[in-house]
Amino acid sequence: MVTFAFYLFAALIIGLFLVTVFSRNVLYAMTALAAGMVLISGLFFILGADFLGAVQLIVYVGAVMALYAFGMMFFDVTRDLDEKTEKGWVVFLLGGGIALVLVVIFAAPILGGSAAPLYPPIEGATNPQSVGLVLFTKYLLPFEVASVMLLVAMIAGIILAGKKMERSISMYDHDVDDDADDEKEAA
Amino acid sequence: MITLTHYLILSGILFAIGLMGVVRRKNLLMLFFATEIMLNAANVAFAAISSYRNDLSGQMFAFFIVAVAASEVAVGLGLLIMLYKKYGTLDLDAFTIMKG
Repeated sequence: MVTFAFYLFAALIIGLFLVTVFSRNVLYAMTALAAGMVLISGLFFILGADFLGAVQLIVYVGAVMALYAFGMMFFDVTRDLDEKTEKGWVVFLLGGGIALVLVVIFAAPILGGSAAPLYPPIEGATNPQSVGLVLFTKYLLPFEVASVMLLVAMIAGIILAGKKMERSISMYDHDVDDDADDEKEAA
Repeated sequence: MITLTHYLILSGILFAIGLMGVVRRKNLLMLFFATEIMLNAANVAFAAISSYRNDLSGQMFAFFIVAVAASEVAVGLGLLIMLYKKYGTLDLDAFTIMKG
């Protein structure tokens, strides 16, 4: 059953992310990305990382993709993208080669068997409980630093996106051009 | 039986897909999508290693990756909106202002 679920999730995730990368329509790409995120949380649930799966659903699907959806309201996404792409084989060679190196890097400690578990799960505790115990004792300082980083990111996002918000940016260029033309005609 | 190697291979494939997207795409929004794919591939590897090695550190790193991704989106989307205000497009070729 777990085997079947893994292969189903893996095939669907790979297919959806391929759609994300190769689609010419931004809306299709974003929808496929959101669906892939949901299925990745399924992988986390299979692995027994319940809390991480819930965080993946809430943060990625709930917050990040919703933010992208809001952001796309500012951009003109109805037309297809026309992207110049040249030398496809270079792209495939680079992507495949670097991914191979990364797999080797990830697999090296497993093959060596030198890595000992640092924080094994607590006996008799559920996954969220043991995650909380480790996160708020051993990883308390990184947790606080991450919270400060999120605060900085929030302020940066507000300031960057909020400037001159009273002007519509999709109409902005046309308005400027029209005004310039009008001024020329008046002169 | 699904072993750790299966998950690592899946993670490698997903990372390769994201990397292909980063190298291939010319639209900045699609570059962001590809970056999210790469972050998620790393998350899958961390969670799998954490589960199969009986170590919670992997899940901790995955949490911090999620936090980094969330702040990256917040700042990046603000920058995208500023770029769109300035240039009227998100095509990377439109931003090549250096001649040479």
